Amino acid sequence: MSTLQENTVPARQRTTRAAVHRRLHPTVIVYLALVALLVVGSVLVGLRGEVLLDQNGILNILTRATALGLVAIGQTMVILTGSLDLSVAYLVGLTSLIAAQTMAGQDGMILPGVLLALAVAAGVGLVNGLVITVLKAHAFIATLGVALILRGYLEDNYTGPAGDVPRAFQHLGYDRIGPVPVAALLMLAVAALAWWYLTRTRPGYHMYAVGGDIEVARLSGVRTRRTIVTAHVLCSVAAGLAGIYLASRLGSGAPYVGTDAGYDLESIAAVVLGGTLLAGGRGGIAGTIGGVLILATLDTTFDALEVDPFFKDVVRGVVLVTAVALYARRMTANRAHGRLT
Amino acid sequence: MTWRPRLAEGTAPALVFLLLLLIGLAIVGPAYSEPAGYLALLKRAAPLMILAIGQYLVIVSGGFDLSVGALVTAGVVIAARLIDGDESAAAWVIPLVLGFGLLVGLVNGLITTKLLVPSFIVTLGMLLVLDGATFLWTGGAPRGALSEGFRMFGRGAAEVPLLGAVPWSVLILLAILVAAVLFMRGGTGRALVAVGDNEATVRLSGGQVDRLRLLAFALSGLLAAVAAILLGGFAGVSAQVGNGLEFRAITAVVLGGVLLGGGRGSVVAAAAGALSLESLFTLLNLLGVSGALKSAVQGVIIIVAVAYASLGGGVRQRLRLWPKQRNHVRPAQPASSS
Repeated sequence: MSTLQENTVPARQRTTRAAVHRRLHPTVIVYLALVALLVVGSVLVGLRGEVLLDQNGILNILTRATALGLVAIGQTMVILTGSLDLSVAYLVGLTSLIAAQTMAGQDGMILPGVLLALAVAAGVGLVNGLVITVLKAHAFIATLGVALILRGYLEDNYTGPAGDVPRAFQHLGYDRIGPVPVAALLMLAVAALAWWYLTRTRPGYHMYAVGGDIEVARLSGVRTRRTIVTAHVLCSVAAGLAGIYLASRLGSGAPYVGTDAGYDLESIAAVVLGGTLLAGGRGGIAGTIGGVLILATLDTTFDALEVDPFFKDVVRGVVLVTAVALYARRMTANRAHGRLT
Repeated sequence: MTWRPRLAEGTAPALVFLLLLLIGLAIVGPAYSEPAGYLALLKRAAPLMILAIGQYLVIVSGGFDLSVGALVTAGVVIAARLIDGDESAAAWVIPLVLGFGLLVGLVNGLITTKLLVPSFIVTLGMLLVLDGATFLWTGGAPRGALSEGFRMFGRGAAEVPLLGAVPWSVLILLAILVAAVLFMRGGTGRALVAVGDNEATVRLSGGQVDRLRLLAFALSGLLAAVAAILLGGFAGVSAQVGNGLEFRAITAVVLGGVLLGGGRGSVVAAAAGALSLESLFTLLNLLGVSGALKSAVQGVIIIVAVAYASLGGGVRQRLRLWPKQRNHVRPAQPASSS
C-alpha cells in the first residue's frame, strides 16, 4: 500500500513531504490508537480492581472481532474499489441459515453446508456486482435493493432460528489455543490472504486503480467492470464466512444475526476507522483489522466498566467522526485541496 | 411569453411511474375512487415526502444524510418526554424540536464542510450518537406522552374554504413543497445543484460551496424535525418511529430520478418519488402481498428504477460509480430545477 501511495504523490512533493507522509500513515495511527485505547481501558478497568487484558478479556475482544472482521475485510475490498455493500448484514443471516440447514446435525454434511453457503454468498455478490456494472445502478441503491430482497426472503421464510449445526462443527466457534480462539486466527489468515491479494497481485492493484479514478483506470486498460464484480463477489464470500462462523457459534442459523449486530453500517465504520478512504483508492486491510479491534476493544472495555449500552453508541459515533476528521486533516496536508464528499 | 413546464432530467419518468401507481390504486382499491382516499394517502405520505425534500437538498449537493431517521426518533421521544401530557407545553416544545433538528443539521454540515469528513460518515456517526443519546436520556424506553395540541398537526384537519377539511400535514407539506420549488428556482438553489455537479467549478467561480452545503444539511435537519412532529402526531410515541426512514427517504429521492452524487434531479420529482413509494406500499397491501415480501418487491423496484434512469441517461453518467468531484469534462447542462 505504501508504494502505491507514494506513487500517487507528485515527485516534487515527495521530496519535501516524505518524512511527514511516513509519520502520518493512517495504518500506524490506527494501531497507535488501539494501543492507547488498550492502555486507557486497562487503567480504567484496573481502577475497579479488575483486569481488562486477562485471558477472558483477550478472548472477548477477539471473539467480538472475528465476525465483524470477516465482514469488514470484504467491505474493505469493495470500498477500495469505490463501491460499498449494504447487503452484507442480511447476507450474514442468510448464509448462517443455509449452512445450518444443510448440515442438519449430520457430521457428513459439514463440507456441503459450508460450500453451499459460500456459493450462495458468491451468487449474491455476483448479482450486486452485475447490477452495479451492467445496470449502472449506484452501488448504494444496488446493494440496498439486494438487501431489501434478501430481507423479504428471510422474513417470508423464517420466523426464528432454524437448522442444526453438528457438534463437530461447533468446535470452529469455541476451540481456542490459550486465550486465542481458532476462529480469530482463521479470520486473521483470511485478512492476510486479502492483504496479499490487494497488495501483491494484479487484480488487487486494479481495485486500487478503479477506486482511485475509474475513468483513468479504464483508459489505462483495466477491465473496470470485472474488477468491481470481483470485489463484490469477494466481499459477499467474506460475509458468507462470517455467517458460517456465527452458525457454528450459535449452533443454528439465525435470520437476523447480521442485522441485529448492524454489520452493514458497522463494517463500513470499521473500514473507514481503519483509514480507508470511503471514496475508494486508498487504504488497506491492515488498517481495517485495526479498526475492527478498536471497536471490539471499546465494546469489551465498556462491558467491563458496566457502562450503559446506549452510551457505547454515542462514543462509537464520536470516535468514528473524530478519526475520519483526523485522516481528512492529514490528507489536506498532503494535497492542496482535499475534496471529499 | 408562453409558459412551458420545465422538467428536469429524470422528472418525467418519475411522474409517469407515480401516475401508473395512482391509477393502479384507483383500480384495486374502492377507497381510491374519490378524492378523500387520495387525501388520506397524501396525509400518510406527508412525513416521508418532507424527509425526501430535505434529503434531496443534501443529495443534490453531493452528500448523504443518514441521520434523519434517528433525528425523527429523537424528535418524537424528546417531545413526548418534555410535554408529558401537559397541554400548554406544546407551544414551546414544537419550536424546541425544530431548533434541535436545525442544530443537528448544522453540526452535520459543519463537520462535513470544516473537518472535510465525508457526509456519509458524519451522518452515520450522528445516527449512532442520536440513537444512543436518546435512549440514554430516556433510560431505554420512551416516556411521557404527547398532548392533543402537538398531535393536531399529524392527525388533525383544518377547514379550508372550497376544499373542506384538509389534513394539517397536507397543508404543511404543500407549503414546504412550494417553498422548496421557489428556493430551487432561485439563485441559491441553482448554486446548490451546481455544487453537486462540479464543486471545483463553483468554488472557482466564487460560489460559497461550504455555506451552500451547510445550508443543505441545516434544512435537512429542520425538515426531519418537521417530519418528526407530523409522525409523532400521526403514529404516537414509539422508539421505532424513525427506524429505517433514512434509507426510505434516500430510496424515495432516487426513485424520483435524482442522481446520487448530486448535480441532477428536481425537488418535485424527489417528493413524487416519496409519494410513489407510499403508494406502492398501499398498493401492495391492497393486493394482499404479505408484509414480508413487501421489502423484496421494494428492492426489485428501486433497482429497476435506478437502472432505467441511468441506462436511459446514456453514457454520460456511466462512469459515476461514486461521487468523486473530479473535473469530469461533461457537456454543459442547463440545470433547470422544478
